[in-house]
Amino acid sequence: MSGYAHALTDSWTMTRRELAHWARQPGQVLVALVFPVMLLLMFGYLIGGGRGVRGDYVDYLVPGMLALTMAFGLEGTMLAVTRDLDKGVIDRFRSLPMANGAVLVGRSAADMLQSAAALALMTGTALALGWRPHGGLGAYAGAAGLLLLFRFAMLWIGIHLALVAGKPEMVQAVQILVWPVGFLSNAFAAPDSMPDWLATVVRWNPLSRTATAVRHLLGGPGGEQGHVWAAVAWPLALLAVFFPLAVRRFARPRH
Amino acid sequence: MADTAITVEGARKTYGGKRAAPALDGLGLEVARGTVHGVLGPNGAGKTTLVRILATLLRPDGGRIEVAGHDVLTEARAVRRRIGLLGQHAALDEELGGRQNLELFGRLHRLGARHARVRADELLERFDLTGTGRKPVRAYSGGMRRRLDLAASLITDPEVLFLDEPTTGLDPRGRAEVWASVRSLVGGGTTVLLTTQYLEEADQLAERVSVVDHGRVVADGTPDDLKTLTGGDRIDIVLRDAGHLGAAVALLPLPAAAISVDADRRLISARVTDRMAALSGVVHALEASGIEAADIALRRPTLDEVFLHLTGGDHRTDRTEEAV
Repeated sequence: MSGYAHALTDSWTMTRRELAHWARQPGQVLVALVFPVMLLLMFGYLIGGGRGVRGDYVDYLVPGMLALTMAFGLEGTMLAVTRDLDKGVIDRFRSLPMANGAVLVGRSAADMLQSAAALALMTGTALALGWRPHGGLGAYAGAAGLLLLFRFAMLWIGIHLALVAGKPEMVQAVQILVWPVGFLSNAFAAPDSMPDWLATVVRWNPLSRTATAVRHLLGGPGGEQGHVWAAVAWPLALLAVFFPLAVRRFARPRH
Repeated sequence: MADTAITVEGARKTYGGKRAAPALDGLGLEVARGTVHGVLGPNGAGKTTLVRILATLLRPDGGRIEVAGHDVLTEARAVRRRIGLLGQHAALDEELGGRQNLELFGRLHRLGARHARVRADELLERFDLTGTGRKPVRAYSGGMRRRLDLAASLITDPEVLFLDEPTTGLDPRGRAEVWASVRSLVGGGTTVLLTTQYLEEADQLAERVSVVDHGRVVADGTPDDLKTLTGGDRIDIVLRDAGHLGAAVALLPLPAAAISVDADRRLISARVTDRMAALSGVVHALEASGIEAADIALRRPTLDEVFLHLTGGDHRTDRTEEAV
Protein backbone atom coordinates (compact mmCIF):
# COMPACT_ATOMS: atom_id res chain seq x y z
CA MET A 1 0.00 0.00 0.00
CA SER A 2 1.19 3.51 -0.68
CA GLY A 3 1.82 6.04 2.07
CA TYR A 4 -1.40 7.82 1.13
CA ALA A 5 -3.49 4.67 1.45
CA HIS A 6 -1.80 3.92 4.79
CA ALA A 7 -2.64 7.39 6.03
CA LEU A 8 -6.28 6.86 5.07
CA THR A 9 -6.42 3.45 6.76
CA ASP A 10 -4.86 4.81 9.93
CA SER A 11 -7.23 7.79 9.95
CA TRP A 12 -10.21 5.47 9.56
CA THR A 13 -8.89 3.30 12.41
CA MET A 14 -8.65 6.39 14.61
CA THR A 15 -12.15 7.53 13.57
CA ARG A 16 -13.48 4.13 14.57
CA ARG A 17 -11.80 4.56 17.93
CA GLU A 18 -13.85 7.70 18.50
CA LEU A 19 -17.02 5.93 17.40
CA ALA A 20 -16.23 3.13 19.85
CA HIS A 21 -15.99 5.77 22.58
CA TRP A 22 -19.45 7.00 21.63
CA ALA A 23 -20.84 3.49 21.77
CA ARG A 24 -19.50 3.26 25.33
CA GLN A 25 -20.73 6.68 26.43
CA PRO A 26 -24.04 7.22 24.62
CA GLY A 27 -25.18 9.52 27.42
CA GLN A 28 -22.40 12.03 26.81
CA VAL A 29 -23.08 12.05 23.08
CA LEU A 30 -26.76 12.64 23.70
CA VAL A 31 -26.15 15.54 26.07
CA ALA A 32 -23.85 17.17 23.51
CA LEU A 33 -26.57 16.82 20.88
CA VAL A 34 -29.45 17.99 23.05
CA PHE A 35 -27.71 21.03 24.56
CA PRO A 36 -27.91 23.23 21.43
CA VAL A 37 -31.54 22.18 20.94
CA MET A 38 -32.23 23.44 24.45
CA LEU A 39 -30.50 26.72 23.64
CA LEU A 40 -32.68 27.04 20.56
CA LEU A 41 -35.85 26.46 22.57
CA MET A 42 -34.69 28.82 25.27
CA PHE A 43 -33.93 31.71 22.93
CA GLY A 44 -36.89 31.01 20.67
CA TYR A 45 -39.56 30.78 23.35
CA LEU A 46 -38.35 31.74 26.81
CA ILE A 47 -36.35 34.84 25.97
CA GLY A 48 -38.02 35.39 22.62
CA GLY A 49 -37.65 38.26 20.16
CA GLY A 50 -34.19 39.53 19.29
CA ARG A 51 -33.36 43.21 19.47
CA GLY A 52 -33.44 44.99 16.15
CA VAL A 53 -34.69 42.00 14.17
CA ARG A 54 -37.18 42.85 11.44
CA GLY A 55 -39.38 39.99 10.34
CA ASP A 56 -40.05 36.61 11.91
CA TYR A 57 -37.71 35.97 14.84
CA VAL A 58 -37.62 32.18 14.44
CA ASP A 59 -36.54 32.63 10.82
CA TYR A 60 -33.77 34.87 12.12
CA LEU A 61 -32.83 32.75 15.10
CA VAL A 62 -32.58 29.28 13.57
CA PRO A 63 -29.69 30.05 11.17
CA GLY A 64 -27.96 31.93 13.98
CA MET A 65 -28.34 29.01 16.38
CA LEU A 66 -27.06 26.58 13.76
CA ALA A 67 -23.94 28.70 13.30
CA LEU A 68 -23.55 29.10 17.07
CA THR A 69 -23.74 25.32 17.53
CA MET A 70 -20.90 24.93 15.04
CA ALA A 71 -18.82 27.51 16.91
CA PHE A 72 -19.39 25.90 20.30
CA GLY A 73 -18.20 22.61 18.82
CA LEU A 74 -14.72 24.05 19.34
CA GLU A 75 -14.98 23.35 23.05
CA GLY A 76 -15.84 19.70 22.57
CA THR A 77 -12.94 19.25 20.17
CA MET A 78 -10.55 20.96 22.49
CA LEU A 79 -11.64 18.98 25.50
CA ALA A 80 -11.33 15.67 23.64
CA VAL A 81 -7.85 16.49 22.33
CA THR A 82 -6.51 17.68 25.68
CA ARG A 83 -7.93 14.58 27.36
CA ASP A 84 -6.11 12.40 24.85
CA LEU A 85 -2.87 14.31 25.23
CA ASP A 86 -3.05 14.11 28.98
CA LYS A 87 -3.14 10.33 28.92
CA GLY A 88 -0.38 7.85 28.34
CA VAL A 89 -2.11 6.48 25.25
CA ILE A 90 -0.78 9.35 23.16
CA ASP A 91 2.75 8.05 23.80
CA ARG A 92 1.68 4.70 22.40
CA PHE A 93 0.32 6.38 19.26
CA ARG A 94 3.47 8.43 18.83
CA SER A 95 5.70 5.40 19.18
CA LEU A 96 3.75 3.42 16.57
CA PRO A 97 4.71 3.43 12.87
CA MET A 98 1.37 5.03 11.99
CA ALA A 99 0.70 8.06 9.80
CA ASN A 100 1.58 11.25 11.68
CA GLY A 101 -1.70 13.09 11.34
CA ALA A 102 -4.05 10.11 11.77
CA VAL A 103 -4.76 10.93 15.43
CA LEU A 104 -5.93 14.41 14.45
CA VAL A 105 -7.76 13.34 11.30
CA GLY A 106 -9.64 10.67 13.26
CA ARG A 107 -10.62 13.30 15.80
CA SER A 108 -11.84 15.72 13.14
CA ALA A 109 -13.78 13.07 11.21
CA ALA A 110 -15.61 12.00 14.38
CA ASP A 111 -16.34 15.61 15.34
CA MET A 112 -17.68 16.38 11.87
CA LEU A 113 -20.00 13.38 12.11
CA GLN A 114 -21.19 14.61 15.48
CA SER A 115 -21.77 18.10 14.13
CA ALA A 116 -23.68 16.80 11.12
CA ALA A 117 -25.92 14.88 13.53
CA ALA A 118 -26.37 18.01 15.66
CA LEU A 119 -27.29 19.98 12.54
CA ALA A 120 -29.89 17.39 11.53
CA LEU A 121 -31.37 17.29 15.02
CA MET A 122 -31.57 21.08 15.27
CA THR A 123 -33.14 21.33 11.84
CA GLY A 124 -35.68 18.65 12.73
CA THR A 125 -36.56 20.44 15.96
CA ALA A 126 -36.92 23.78 14.19
CA LEU A 127 -39.16 22.23 11.53
CA ALA A 128 -41.30 20.64 14.23
CA LEU A 129 -41.65 24.08 15.82
CA GLY A 130 -42.97 25.48 12.58
CA TRP A 131 -39.83 26.92 11.02
CA ARG A 132 -40.19 26.84 7.25
CA PRO A 133 -37.00 27.57 5.32
CA HIS A 134 -37.46 29.20 1.95
CA GLY A 135 -35.55 27.90 -1.00
CA GLY A 136 -35.30 24.25 -1.96
CA LEU A 137 -33.23 21.31 -0.93
CA GLY A 138 -30.31 22.76 -2.90
CA ALA A 139 -30.36 25.90 -0.76
CA TYR A 140 -30.46 23.81 2.42
CA ALA A 141 -27.55 21.68 1.20
CA GLY A 142 -25.60 24.86 0.48
CA ALA A 143 -26.38 26.23 3.92
CA ALA A 144 -25.39 22.94 5.60
CA GLY A 145 -22.17 23.02 3.58
CA LEU A 146 -21.34 26.52 4.83
CA LEU A 147 -22.14 25.57 8.42
CA LEU A 148 -19.98 22.44 8.30
CA LEU A 149 -17.16 24.36 6.65
CA PHE A 150 -17.34 26.83 9.53
CA ARG A 151 -17.36 23.92 11.99
CA PHE A 152 -14.31 22.45 10.25
CA ALA A 153 -12.41 25.70 10.76
CA MET A 154 -13.49 25.83 14.43
CA LEU A 155 -12.37 22.23 14.78
CA TRP A 156 -8.81 22.94 13.72
CA ILE A 157 -8.66 26.05 15.87
CA GLY A 158 -9.81 23.80 18.73
CA ILE A 159 -7.12 21.21 17.98
CA HIS A 160 -4.45 23.88 17.81
CA LEU A 161 -5.56 25.53 21.06
CA ALA A 162 -5.67 22.12 22.73
CA LEU A 163 -2.12 21.35 21.60
CA VAL A 164 -0.96 24.73 22.87
CA ALA A 165 -2.86 24.50 26.17
CA GLY A 166 -1.90 20.90 26.83
CA LYS A 167 -3.98 20.24 29.95
CA PRO A 168 -7.76 19.72 30.26
CA GLU A 169 -7.81 22.34 33.04
CA MET A 170 -6.79 24.96 30.47
CA VAL A 171 -9.94 24.31 28.46
CA GLN A 172 -11.99 26.22 31.00
CA ALA A 173 -9.98 29.34 30.29
CA VAL A 174 -10.76 28.98 26.59
CA GLN A 175 -14.43 28.28 27.30
CA ILE A 176 -14.64 31.65 28.96
CA LEU A 177 -13.34 33.17 25.72
CA VAL A 178 -15.56 31.12 23.41
CA TRP A 179 -18.80 32.35 24.94
CA PRO A 180 -18.25 36.05 24.30
CA VAL A 181 -17.19 35.23 20.73
CA GLY A 182 -20.43 33.29 20.40
CA PHE A 183 -22.59 36.03 21.86
CA LEU A 184 -20.76 38.95 20.22
CA SER A 185 -22.33 37.83 16.98
CA ASN A 186 -25.62 38.37 15.22
CA ALA A 187 -26.87 34.89 16.23
CA PHE A 188 -29.62 36.31 18.49
CA ALA A 189 -29.81 40.01 17.81
CA ALA A 190 -29.27 42.23 14.78
CA PRO A 191 -26.23 44.51 14.93
CA ASP A 192 -28.43 47.50 13.93
CA SER A 193 -29.58 47.70 17.53
CA MET A 194 -26.05 47.86 18.92
CA PRO A 195 -23.63 50.75 19.48
CA ASP A 196 -21.44 51.37 16.42
CA TRP A 197 -18.21 49.89 17.78
CA LEU A 198 -20.00 46.76 18.93
CA ALA A 199 -21.87 46.43 15.66
CA THR A 200 -18.54 46.52 13.81
CA VAL A 201 -17.11 43.75 15.97
CA VAL A 202 -20.28 41.71 15.53
CA ARG A 203 -20.32 42.17 11.75
CA TRP A 204 -16.70 41.04 11.40
CA ASN A 205 -17.18 37.99 13.60
CA PRO A 206 -16.85 34.96 11.26
CA LEU A 207 -19.78 33.42 13.07
CA SER A 208 -21.97 36.37 11.94
CA ARG A 209 -20.81 35.98 8.36
CA THR A 210 -21.84 32.33 8.29
CA ALA A 211 -25.17 33.08 10.03
CA THR A 212 -25.95 35.90 7.58
CA ALA A 213 -25.09 33.73 4.59
CA VAL A 214 -27.30 30.92 5.89
CA ARG A 215 -30.12 33.43 6.45
CA HIS A 216 -29.73 34.50 2.86
CA LEU A 217 -29.88 30.92 1.55
CA LEU A 218 -32.81 29.90 3.76
CA GLY A 219 -34.71 33.17 3.46
CA GLY A 220 -34.53 34.49 6.99
CA PRO A 221 -34.57 38.21 7.79
CA GLY A 222 -31.15 39.87 7.75
CA GLY A 223 -29.72 37.62 5.05
CA GLU A 224 -27.19 39.15 2.67
CA GLN A 225 -26.00 37.51 -0.51
CA GLY A 226 -22.61 39.18 -0.27
CA HIS A 227 -21.93 37.29 2.93
CA VAL A 228 -22.01 33.90 1.22
CA TRP A 229 -18.53 34.51 -0.12
CA ALA A 230 -17.35 35.77 3.23
CA ALA A 231 -18.78 32.61 4.81
CA VAL A 232 -16.60 30.61 2.43
CA ALA A 233 -13.54 32.81 2.68
CA TRP A 234 -13.40 33.24 6.47
CA PRO A 235 -13.28 29.51 7.35
CA LEU A 236 -10.80 28.85 4.54
CA ALA A 237 -8.56 31.63 5.81
CA LEU A 238 -8.77 30.29 9.37
CA LEU A 239 -8.00 26.79 8.11
CA ALA A 240 -5.04 28.06 6.12
CA VAL A 241 -3.58 29.35 9.38
CA PHE A 242 -4.60 26.78 11.97
CA PHE A 243 -4.49 23.51 10.04
CA PRO A 244 -0.73 23.67 9.32
CA LEU A 245 -0.03 25.08 12.78
CA ALA A 246 -1.87 22.22 14.46
CA VAL A 247 -0.32 19.51 12.31
CA ARG A 248 3.18 20.92 12.83
CA ARG A 249 2.66 21.25 16.53
CA PHE A 250 1.41 17.69 16.82
CA ALA A 251 4.18 16.16 14.70
CA ARG A 252 6.87 17.90 16.70
CA PRO A 253 8.00 15.76 19.62
CA ARG A 254 7.24 17.58 22.80
CA HIS A 255 10.05 19.61 24.41
CA MET B 1 27.46 -3.66 14.44
CA ALA B 2 24.92 -6.41 13.80
CA ASP B 3 25.32 -7.56 17.37
CA THR B 4 24.45 -4.20 18.83
CA ALA B 5 20.75 -3.46 19.30
CA ILE B 6 21.09 -0.04 20.92
CA THR B 7 23.90 2.47 20.53
CA VAL B 8 23.92 5.73 22.44
CA GLU B 9 26.90 8.05 22.12
CA GLY B 10 27.13 11.43 23.82
CA ALA B 11 23.36 11.88 24.18
CA ARG B 12 22.42 15.37 25.36
CA LYS B 13 19.09 16.81 26.34
CA THR B 14 18.19 19.90 28.31
CA TYR B 15 14.62 20.90 29.11
CA GLY B 16 13.78 24.56 29.24
CA GLY B 17 16.37 27.32 29.22
CA LYS B 18 20.10 27.04 28.68
CA ARG B 19 20.80 27.53 32.34
CA ALA B 20 18.71 24.51 33.36
CA ALA B 21 20.62 21.42 34.45
CA PRO B 22 20.82 18.94 31.56
CA ALA B 23 18.64 15.82 31.82
CA LEU B 24 21.17 13.93 29.69
CA ASP B 25 24.74 15.11 29.80
CA GLY B 26 26.73 13.12 27.28
CA LEU B 27 25.23 9.77 28.20
CA GLY B 28 26.59 6.73 26.37
CA LEU B 29 25.80 3.03 26.40
CA GLU B 30 25.70 0.02 24.15
CA VAL B 31 23.31 -2.91 24.37
CA ALA B 32 24.07 -6.25 22.76
CA ARG B 33 21.30 -7.93 20.75
CA GLY B 34 19.16 -10.39 22.69
CA THR B 35 20.24 -9.22 26.14
CA VAL B 36 18.56 -7.39 29.00
CA HIS B 37 20.28 -4.15 29.90
CA GLY B 38 19.42 -2.40 33.12
CA VAL B 39 19.59 1.37 33.53
CA LEU B 40 19.77 2.00 37.24
CA GLY B 41 19.42 5.36 38.88
CA PRO B 42 17.43 7.52 41.27
CA ASN B 43 14.52 9.78 40.31
CA GLY B 44 15.66 12.58 38.07
CA ALA B 45 18.80 10.80 36.88
CA GLY B 46 17.66 10.93 33.24
CA LYS B 47 16.30 7.39 32.84
CA THR B 48 12.90 8.34 31.45
CA THR B 49 14.41 10.99 29.18
CA LEU B 50 16.71 8.32 27.74
CA VAL B 51 13.82 5.91 27.11
CA ARG B 52 11.66 8.61 25.51
CA ILE B 53 14.49 9.55 23.17
CA LEU B 54 15.12 5.92 22.26
CA ALA B 55 11.39 5.44 21.57
CA THR B 56 11.36 8.54 19.27
CA LEU B 57 9.02 10.43 21.61
CA LEU B 58 11.58 13.07 22.41
CA ARG B 59 14.18 14.79 20.30
CA PRO B 60 17.74 14.76 21.68
CA ASP B 61 19.77 17.98 21.58
CA GLY B 62 22.82 16.06 20.44
CA GLY B 63 24.56 12.72 20.20
CA ARG B 64 24.32 9.63 18.02
CA ILE B 65 21.44 7.35 18.94
CA GLU B 66 20.59 4.18 17.05
CA VAL B 67 17.98 1.53 17.77
CA ALA B 68 17.93 -1.76 15.84
CA GLY B 69 20.39 -0.23 13.38
CA HIS B 70 18.32 2.90 12.66
CA ASP B 71 18.87 6.49 13.69
CA VAL B 72 16.09 7.75 15.99
CA LEU B 73 16.05 11.18 14.35
CA THR B 74 16.38 10.46 10.64
CA GLU B 75 14.72 7.02 10.55
CA ALA B 76 12.07 7.37 13.25
CA ARG B 77 9.48 5.36 11.31
CA ALA B 78 11.89 2.44 10.87
CA VAL B 79 12.69 2.53 14.59
CA ARG B 80 8.97 2.60 15.49
CA ARG B 81 8.37 -0.54 13.45
CA ARG B 82 10.92 -2.43 15.55
CA ILE B 83 10.25 -1.30 19.09
CA GLY B 84 7.80 -1.80 21.90
CA LEU B 85 7.40 0.63 24.78
CA LEU B 86 6.13 0.13 28.28
CA GLY B 87 6.19 3.54 29.91
CA GLN B 88 5.68 4.51 33.53
CA HIS B 89 2.03 5.33 32.90
CA ALA B 90 -0.28 2.90 31.12
CA ALA B 91 -0.31 3.80 27.43
CA LEU B 92 -3.82 2.46 26.87
CA ASP B 93 -7.20 3.80 25.85
CA GLU B 94 -8.92 3.81 29.22
CA GLU B 95 -12.45 3.96 27.78
CA LEU B 96 -12.06 0.85 25.64
CA GLY B 97 -11.78 -2.79 26.68
CA GLY B 98 -8.65 -4.93 26.56
CA ARG B 99 -9.43 -6.59 23.26
CA GLN B 100 -10.43 -3.27 21.67
CA ASN B 101 -7.13 -1.77 22.74
CA LEU B 102 -5.04 -4.59 21.33
CA GLU B 103 -7.00 -4.62 18.06
CA LEU B 104 -6.62 -0.85 17.75
CA PHE B 105 -2.85 -0.97 18.20
CA GLY B 106 -2.61 -4.03 15.93
CA ARG B 107 -4.38 -2.18 13.14
CA LEU B 108 -2.12 0.82 13.61
CA HIS B 109 0.82 -1.57 13.35
CA ARG B 110 -0.72 -2.41 9.94
CA LEU B 111 -1.45 -6.02 10.79
CA GLY B 112 -4.77 -5.86 8.94
CA ALA B 113 -8.16 -6.36 10.60
CA ARG B 114 -8.14 -10.17 10.69
CA HIS B 115 -4.55 -10.59 11.81
CA ALA B 116 -5.02 -7.87 14.45
CA ARG B 117 -7.97 -9.81 15.88
CA VAL B 118 -6.05 -13.08 15.97
CA ARG B 119 -3.06 -11.39 17.59
CA ALA B 120 -5.29 -9.74 20.22
CA ASP B 121 -6.67 -13.17 21.12
CA GLU B 122 -3.19 -14.66 21.45
CA LEU B 123 -1.99 -11.86 23.70
CA LEU B 124 -5.10 -11.88 25.90
CA GLU B 125 -4.55 -15.59 26.38
CA ARG B 126 -0.86 -15.23 27.07
CA PHE B 127 -1.29 -12.48 29.64
CA ASP B 128 -4.25 -14.14 31.31
CA LEU B 129 -6.72 -11.41 30.36
CA THR B 130 -9.30 -13.48 28.49
CA GLY B 131 -11.96 -13.01 31.16
CA THR B 132 -12.03 -9.22 30.99
CA GLY B 133 -14.73 -9.06 28.32
CA ARG B 134 -15.86 -5.54 27.47
CA LYS B 135 -14.83 -4.03 30.79
CA PRO B 136 -13.11 -0.67 30.14
CA VAL B 137 -9.45 -0.48 31.07
CA ARG B 138 -10.08 2.24 33.65
CA ALA B 139 -11.88 -0.42 35.74
CA TYR B 140 -8.84 -2.75 35.65
CA SER B 141 -6.61 -3.41 38.65
CA GLY B 142 -3.04 -2.09 38.55
CA GLY B 143 -1.60 -5.50 37.73
CA MET B 144 -4.11 -6.19 34.93
CA ARG B 145 -3.46 -2.79 33.42
CA ARG B 146 0.28 -3.41 33.46
CA ARG B 147 -0.18 -6.81 31.80
CA LEU B 148 -2.38 -5.33 29.08
CA ASP B 149 0.13 -2.51 28.60
CA LEU B 150 2.91 -5.05 28.22
CA ALA B 151 0.76 -7.07 25.78
CA ALA B 152 0.21 -3.88 23.76
CA SER B 153 3.98 -3.33 23.56
CA LEU B 154 4.46 -6.83 22.21
CA ILE B 155 1.94 -6.80 19.37
CA THR B 156 4.56 -7.15 16.67
CA ASP B 157 7.17 -9.12 18.62
CA PRO B 158 9.47 -6.10 18.70
CA GLU B 159 13.22 -6.45 18.21
CA VAL B 160 13.81 -4.01 21.04
CA LEU B 161 11.58 -3.47 24.04
CA PHE B 162 11.85 -0.49 26.39
CA LEU B 163 10.55 -0.92 29.91
CA ASP B 164 10.53 2.28 31.94
CA GLU B 165 10.32 1.34 35.62
CA PRO B 166 8.00 -1.55 34.77
CA THR B 167 7.30 -2.59 38.36
CA THR B 168 7.01 0.79 40.09
CA GLY B 169 3.73 0.87 41.99
CA LEU B 170 3.05 -2.86 41.66
CA ASP B 171 2.54 -5.21 44.58
CA PRO B 172 4.98 -8.13 44.98
CA ARG B 173 2.76 -10.46 42.93
CA GLY B 174 2.47 -7.97 40.08
CA ARG B 175 6.22 -7.48 40.20
CA ALA B 176 6.86 -11.22 39.96
CA GLU B 177 4.48 -11.45 36.99
CA VAL B 178 6.31 -8.71 35.12
CA TRP B 179 9.68 -10.28 35.88
CA ALA B 180 8.48 -13.64 34.57
CA SER B 181 7.21 -12.00 31.36
CA VAL B 182 10.52 -10.22 30.79
CA ARG B 183 12.46 -13.45 31.25
CA SER B 184 10.28 -15.32 28.77
CA LEU B 185 10.71 -12.52 26.23
CA VAL B 186 14.46 -12.68 26.30
CA GLY B 187 14.20 -16.39 25.64
CA GLY B 188 12.55 -15.34 22.37
CA GLY B 189 15.49 -13.15 21.34
CA THR B 190 14.09 -9.71 22.18
CA THR B 191 16.54 -7.07 23.36
CA VAL B 192 15.26 -5.36 26.49
CA LEU B 193 16.33 -2.03 27.96
CA LEU B 194 14.90 -1.68 31.42
CA THR B 195 15.10 1.27 33.77
CA THR B 196 14.73 0.77 37.48
CA GLN B 197 15.39 2.33 40.84
CA TYR B 198 15.89 -1.07 42.44
CA LEU B 199 19.25 -2.75 42.50
CA GLU B 200 17.46 -6.02 43.18
CA GLU B 201 15.41 -5.71 39.98
CA ALA B 202 18.49 -5.05 37.88
CA ASP B 203 20.17 -7.97 39.63
CA GLN B 204 17.22 -10.28 38.89
CA LEU B 205 16.78 -9.42 35.23
CA ALA B 206 19.71 -7.67 33.64
CA GLU B 207 22.92 -9.12 32.29
CA ARG B 208 24.53 -5.72 32.24
CA VAL B 209 23.73 -2.57 34.14
CA SER B 210 24.52 1.09 33.53
CA VAL B 211 24.30 3.19 36.65
CA VAL B 212 23.07 6.65 35.69
CA ASP B 213 23.29 9.86 37.64
CA HIS B 214 22.85 13.49 36.57
CA GLY B 215 22.41 12.36 32.96
CA ARG B 216 25.67 10.45 32.77
CA VAL B 217 26.68 6.82 33.14
CA VAL B 218 28.73 6.63 36.33
CA ALA B 219 29.35 2.88 36.28
CA ASP B 220 28.82 0.05 33.85
CA GLY B 221 29.09 -3.70 34.21
CA THR B 222 27.40 -6.91 35.29
CA PRO B 223 25.39 -6.80 38.52
CA ASP B 224 28.18 -8.80 40.16
CA ASP B 225 30.75 -6.25 39.03
CA LEU B 226 28.70 -3.51 40.64
CA LYS B 227 28.28 -5.35 43.88
CA THR B 228 32.00 -6.03 44.07
CA LEU B 229 32.57 -2.37 43.34
CA THR B 230 30.39 -1.33 46.23
CA GLY B 231 31.91 -3.84 48.61
CA GLY B 232 29.30 -6.57 48.40
CA ASP B 233 26.81 -7.50 51.10
CA ARG B 234 26.27 -5.85 54.44
CA ILE B 235 25.40 -7.01 57.89
CA ASP B 236 23.16 -4.87 60.12
CA ILE B 237 23.12 -5.42 63.88
CA VAL B 238 20.58 -3.56 66.01
CA LEU B 239 21.30 -3.69 69.77
CA ARG B 240 18.74 -3.52 72.58
CA ASP B 241 20.81 -1.02 74.48
CA ALA B 242 22.61 1.88 72.82
CA GLY B 243 25.03 1.91 75.76
CA HIS B 244 26.60 -1.30 74.48
CA LEU B 245 27.43 0.05 71.02
CA GLY B 246 31.07 0.86 71.84
CA ALA B 247 31.72 -2.48 73.52
CA ALA B 248 30.06 -4.38 70.69
CA VAL B 249 32.11 -2.67 68.00
CA ALA B 250 35.28 -3.56 69.86
CA LEU B 251 34.53 -7.26 70.17
CA LEU B 252 32.78 -8.05 66.86
CA PRO B 253 34.94 -10.07 64.46
CA LEU B 254 34.59 -7.46 61.70
CA PRO B 255 37.32 -5.23 60.22
CA ALA B 256 37.08 -1.85 61.95
CA ALA B 257 37.37 0.06 58.67
CA ALA B 258 34.21 -1.57 57.30
CA ILE B 259 32.05 -0.66 60.31
CA SER B 260 29.71 2.31 60.61
CA VAL B 261 27.62 3.10 63.69
CA ASP B 262 24.26 4.86 63.89
CA ALA B 263 23.62 5.58 67.56
CA ASP B 264 20.07 6.85 67.09
CA ARG B 265 18.97 3.57 65.59
CA ARG B 266 21.31 1.51 67.87
CA LEU B 267 22.68 0.14 64.59
CA ILE B 268 26.06 -1.27 63.68
CA SER B 269 26.48 -1.82 59.96
CA ALA B 270 29.42 -3.38 58.14
CA ARG B 271 30.44 -4.53 54.67
CA VAL B 272 31.19 -8.24 54.57
CA THR B 273 32.77 -10.46 51.97
CA ASP B 274 31.72 -13.87 53.30
CA ARG B 275 28.08 -13.57 54.36
CA MET B 276 27.72 -16.78 56.37
CA ALA B 277 31.05 -16.54 58.16
CA ALA B 278 30.28 -12.97 59.17
CA LEU B 279 26.81 -13.92 60.46
CA SER B 280 27.95 -16.83 62.61
CA GLY B 281 30.96 -14.83 63.86
CA VAL B 282 28.71 -11.97 64.98
CA VAL B 283 26.17 -14.29 66.63
CA HIS B 284 28.88 -16.14 68.57
CA ALA B 285 30.65 -12.97 69.65
CA LEU B 286 27.42 -11.40 70.95
CA GLU B 287 26.39 -14.58 72.78
CA ALA B 288 29.77 -14.90 74.43
CA SER B 289 29.71 -11.28 75.63
CA GLY B 290 26.08 -11.27 76.77
CA ILE B 291 25.22 -8.15 74.68
CA GLU B 292 21.65 -8.49 73.47
CA ALA B 293 20.78 -7.88 69.82
CA ALA B 294 17.25 -6.83 68.77
CA ASP B 295 17.90 -7.76 65.15
CA ILE B 296 20.64 -9.14 62.94
CA ALA B 297 20.24 -9.09 59.16
CA LEU B 298 22.27 -9.72 56.04
CA ARG B 299 21.38 -7.60 53.05
CA ARG B 300 22.53 -6.44 49.67
CA PRO B 301 23.75 -2.89 49.28
CA THR B 302 20.92 -0.46 48.60
CA LEU B 303 20.90 1.89 45.67
CA ASP B 304 21.82 4.71 48.03
CA GLU B 305 24.91 2.82 49.12
CA VAL B 306 25.84 2.07 45.52
CA PHE B 307 25.62 5.76 44.77
CA LEU B 308 27.41 6.75 47.89
CA HIS B 309 30.20 4.54 46.75
CA LEU B 310 30.22 5.43 43.06
CA THR B 311 29.77 9.15 43.40
CA GLY B 312 31.48 9.55 46.75
CA GLY B 313 28.87 11.98 48.01
CA ASP B 314 25.62 12.02 49.87
CA HIS B 315 23.12 11.62 47.14
CA ARG B 316 19.97 12.48 49.01
CA THR B 317 21.29 15.86 50.11
CA ASP B 318 22.27 16.60 46.56
CA ARG B 319 18.74 15.97 45.29
CA THR B 320 17.11 18.07 47.95
CA GLU B 321 19.22 21.05 47.01
CA GLU B 322 18.27 20.56 43.41
CA ALA B 323 14.58 20.41 44.22
CA VAL B 324 14.81 23.69 46.13
